[in-house]
Amino acid sequence: MKFSLSWLKAHLDTDASATEIAEKLTSIGLEIEGMENPADALRPFRVAKVIEAGPHPNADKLQLLKVDDGAAEPWQVVCGAPNAKAGMIGVFGPPGTYIPGSDFTLKPAKIRDVESFGMMCSYRELELGDDHDGIIELPESAAAKVGTSYADYAELDDPVFDVSITPNRQDCMGVRGIARDLAAAGMGKLRPLDVADIARSGSGPDVRTENPEGCPAFYACTVKGVSNGASPDWMQARLKSAGQKPINTLVDITNYVMLDHGRPLHVYDANKLAGGLVARKAKPGETVVALNDNEYTLDETMTVIADDNGAHDIGGIMGGANTGSDEATTEVLIECAYFTPENIAKTGQKLMLTSDARQRFERGVDPAFLDDGLELATALVLELCGGTASEITRAGTPPTEQRTISYDPAQCLALGGLDVAPDRQKAILEALGFEVLCPREGGDPSPDCATTDEREVDSRLRGKTDSATVPCWTITVPTWRRDIAGWQDIVEEIVRIEGLDNIPSTPLARKPGVAKPTASPEQLAERKARRAAAARGLNEVVNWSFISEKEAAPFGGGTWSLANPISEDLKVMRPSMLPGLIAAAKRNSARGAASIRLFEVGRRYLESTEHPTIGLVLTGEKIARNWQGGAASKYDAYDAKAEVLAILEAAGAPADKLMDFGFDDSGLGNAYHPGQSGTLRLGPKKILAAYGALHPSVTRALGLKSAAVGAEIFLDAIPLKKKAGHMRDAFAPPALQAVNRDFAFIVDADLPAGELVRAVKGADKKLITDARIFDLFEGPSVGEGKKSLAIEVTLQPTEATLTEEDLKALSDKVVANAAKLGAELRG
Amino acid sequence: MSDIEAIRDKYLEQIDAAADGDALEAIRLAALGKKGEISLLLKTLGQMTPEERQEQGPKINGARQAVADALTSRKETMETAALDAKLATEKLDLTLPAPVAPKGSIHPVSQVMDELAEIFADLGFSVATGPEIEDDWHNFTALNIPDTHPARAMHDTFYFPQTDDSGMPKLLRTHTSPVQIRTMMDVARQTQGAGEPIYIIVPGRTYRSDSDATHTPMFHQVEGLVIDKGIHMGHLKWTLETFVRAFFERDDIELRLRPSYFPFTEPSAEVDVGFSVEQGRRIIGGDPRGDNGGWMEILGSGMVHPNVIRNCGLDPDVWQGFAFGCGIDRLAMLKYGMDDLRAFFDGDLRWADHYGFGALDVPTLSGGVGA
Repeated sequence: MKFSLSWLKAHLDTDASATEIAEKLTSIGLEIEGMENPADALRPFRVAKVIEAGPHPNADKLQLLKVDDGAAEPWQVVCGAPNAKAGMIGVFGPPGTYIPGSDFTLKPAKIRDVESFGMMCSYRELELGDDHDGIIELPESAAAKVGTSYADYAELDDPVFDVSITPNRQDCMGVRGIARDLAAAGMGKLRPLDVADIARSGSGPDVRTENPEGCPAFYACTVKGVSNGASPDWMQARLKSAGQKPINTLVDITNYVMLDHGRPLHVYDANKLAGGLVARKAKPGETVVALNDNEYTLDETMTVIADDNGAHDIGGIMGGANTGSDEATTEVLIECAYFTPENIAKTGQKLMLTSDARQRFERGVDPAFLDDGLELATALVLELCGGTASEITRAGTPPTEQRTISYDPAQCLALGGLDVAPDRQKAILEALGFEVLCPREGGDPSPDCATTDEREVDSRLRGKTDSATVPCWTITVPTWRRDIAGWQDIVEEIVRIEGLDNIPSTPLARKPGVAKPTASPEQLAERKARRAAAARGLNEVVNWSFISEKEAAPFGGGTWSLANPISEDLKVMRPSMLPGLIAAAKRNSARGAASIRLFEVGRRYLESTEHPTIGLVLTGEKIARNWQGGAASKYDAYDAKAEVLAILEAAGAPADKLMDFGFDDSGLGNAYHPGQSGTLRLGPKKILAAYGALHPSVTRALGLKSAAVGAEIFLDAIPLKKKAGHMRDAFAPPALQAVNRDFAFIVDADLPAGELVRAVKGADKKLITDARIFDLFEGPSVGEGKKSLAIEVTLQPTEATLTEEDLKALSDKVVANAAKLGAELRG
Repeated sequence: MSDIEAIRDKYLEQIDAAADGDALEAIRLAALGKKGEISLLLKTLGQMTPEERQEQGPKINGARQAVADALTSRKETMETAALDAKLATEKLDLTLPAPVAPKGSIHPVSQVMDELAEIFADLGFSVATGPEIEDDWHNFTALNIPDTHPARAMHDTFYFPQTDDSGMPKLLRTHTSPVQIRTMMDVARQTQGAGEPIYIIVPGRTYRSDSDATHTPMFHQVEGLVIDKGIHMGHLKWTLETFVRAFFERDDIELRLRPSYFPFTEPSAEVDVGFSVEQGRRIIGGDPRGDNGGWMEILGSGMVHPNVIRNCGLDPDVWQGFAFGCGIDRLAMLKYGMDDLRAFFDGDLRWADHYGFGALDVPTLSGGVGA
């Protein structure tokens, strides 16, 4: 909402400066987004007189002027304007002046060998219009003002405020509403509303409403014998300050009343109408060509204004293209209607059509201002366009019932945290247009007050006042404040006018007792996992939660696809962390990063729910070429597995219980290399992580040229340890020395090593504390289709040192267990 | 000089002159071996008279000891020299680079979330979370934003074709506020509507269909919610001041509350924070009224609207409180001096290296929450 200071002053009697007003506006909730004074750029320009005009010695089209701008000596100016002549009064920019319309700063210069100081300006050069045919020619009367600033002379010194109006404040979508708020905040006095008495003759037009739900009230009158043309300068200046382009007087009047009072109106060319006007529901499929020349297809939830020929207006949102007024208009019908906010909002949403009128109607215009609005507009039409006004036809009834709120002045402190004296509260409310009935001042106690629940009063007052003596006010809400619904709104009105800065900071009570952890076990697990990943040299990234359909495809496609994505690349909620990571790896690779180790902590979005997940991708060089090891090495699936195990352990997963599985029954798609990937599970169903070399066709499809490995750790699958206090299980280091024994087995080449290890460990679950593969060998010496696996078994005796017999018995058992898998002890 | 002393000195000289371990061994055998010269002399002691033995014994034994000591000492010297010689050949050029472990990093958004959790833990707030794919009721209606509300248009909501139980399209949450609703409803359910105090912050991803230099379609927000008895705007103001000062780790930060409007709070306030310019950069804190100083909006806040409390099944005449919401990405940018929001979501390793945090930079109150 933009308006000039002079416009504001038409409603507000104030001596406050523009700066003071701007600061106050922001402090009462009408945020200033900008303030500009068109005069600022024009201050150096002065009213000046051309004393002499003669030919330029070296140029036919140039003249040599002597210009008096009030300085001691006249300026010599070379001027190319055809209308420059001796005696004329114009606008002069002395040397050093910035010319806004031409974007340069004047310097003394030689033009065709003659010195020139400053410039006589055109309207365009001052950005005051398009006229550049010649220099500005001021009337004779301006001669007395030579030497004064042009901005002052032309009364351009009128700052324009740009105020951001929150959706609850329809009343401030007109200058008068803003003036009212400022007056309540002590910035002056609201001038009385000046609605002239209009001489009316003749019956009002035939208007009616057949849709009281969407258009409860439709008021109108006609004015005959108008002549339409350009609106007067003062109105154009105000409209321009508001950013509204002047069109013609009749249209400008409707815009002006809307901006002045927040009251949208419509003016029809009565001669373009056939029969009476009716506000009715649109017929399904009915079309209207609106003022913006677009055609809209309507349905029966919408309200139209129609005549015998059909619908013209989308009621309350936009007028029709064919019934508006233009220069040829001689008779008008002025519509001042009330449209139901919810209906306007829905219609606007459906049509995706916004307008100044919609913005005001959907926020709720003052339902008691129909007569005043119509009178103001009619008076302006009569004044500016002439003619004779008809009586007013009032069809329907606007919803003018006023809300009353039972209010206790102590609530201001209880909710607002600001102690404001009741008298002051009352004064603020009354200045804003509320009626306040206080029993202490002789009014009757409100009936609500007597029945107020005691507990409620107590809770609000926190024992501050004796609840028996609490005065209870009855507050009547002004018709223009549809947003005020409860006592909390009343508190807001008081504290915002009184100033939020005045609310004293009040510390929250410290909870008694020792501080308890405020993070949940899940959050702690996630934090540890994140930092473990970073500690292992992975870089955390944050990728979009949405990916393209193409990226989602290898991961099952994704269930959640946006209906209105910002682009096709950001459409599907990711079913996996990997596509985003691969894309990020690709970008880094393209930037020349040699080793790429990325992880992200986020969610996967599956059909039923969102799963917190850590994804990681490793690609490029695992170890760069170096003087010790020679060539660079690549990542393989074991690297992914190592990261997974470390992160799982940090997140609290029982690392010793994890089991190696493939992708059977995982539902995880086929994004991995079929022979170099796996899952880690707790039991056959509970998958904690998937990892492996990424399928080359997947990485290639996503644009990553180098081979990559990746993993996902499903954080919500990790069983959380129940913390049962700080005490750990009792422990003493074993007194007896642990013993290591090595075994080498020849097994089938496709026997998973993990199975052999499990079999070996199973030989004595108590005694064997570890079994670790330390060598793998395949070659002719072990036979075709065979491999040799060497295992170091750690035995920890607890009661007595192991004898040779014990060791022999254990070895036999190990060998026997291995033999069940077809393993032979290597000789 | 007696013979014995001469023999001793002979061997000592030989030991001194021995070139290596073999020479020393030869000397040892010659002097102290079974048939060594000094060993043989020792054997003569038995044949001597007690008087002779008393005189010769110490002499011969002294010579034996002296030679043995010299042998040991000379051997040690030789070994030391040999080791020194060996080590001299094992010299490494330690200006060659050592193997480098990859350096990981924590994203600033995660770091700031951890900082916020730490600061608010000190004030007794826990961290709550909720779904990002939301329904209309939690994201809008329960928050006092009915479907005809003009504020809805400001939310630029992403929708899904899928609908919820009431037939409304599912959506991506436009703010973290639905978690307010979920938390209050949980409390109402658990206490059969009686209610209990709630102190939470809600960090998380949020989405709006908006994309330009300063807006991304996905961003991070943190929400704060307090529901208790006797909570008013003074508590809100104190909490925000305490939070902002702790976060930026400066005492000289001024906050300015401006009345505003959010459907889910009443009264509502936008909060500006004072900034100043230090060494050419905008710093939160200092004198906002000084040269180049000023105010910038950082969060929205207010007292929870009674309709919202009621919608969650709690009694707004008993429970009241405040809520606030703030952009985490922006907090990170303001604190750590980043100026490009889009870089947050690009995954550029160079950026991560510069702006990221170390794994061990865990924010703590004792260490200062800023890493």
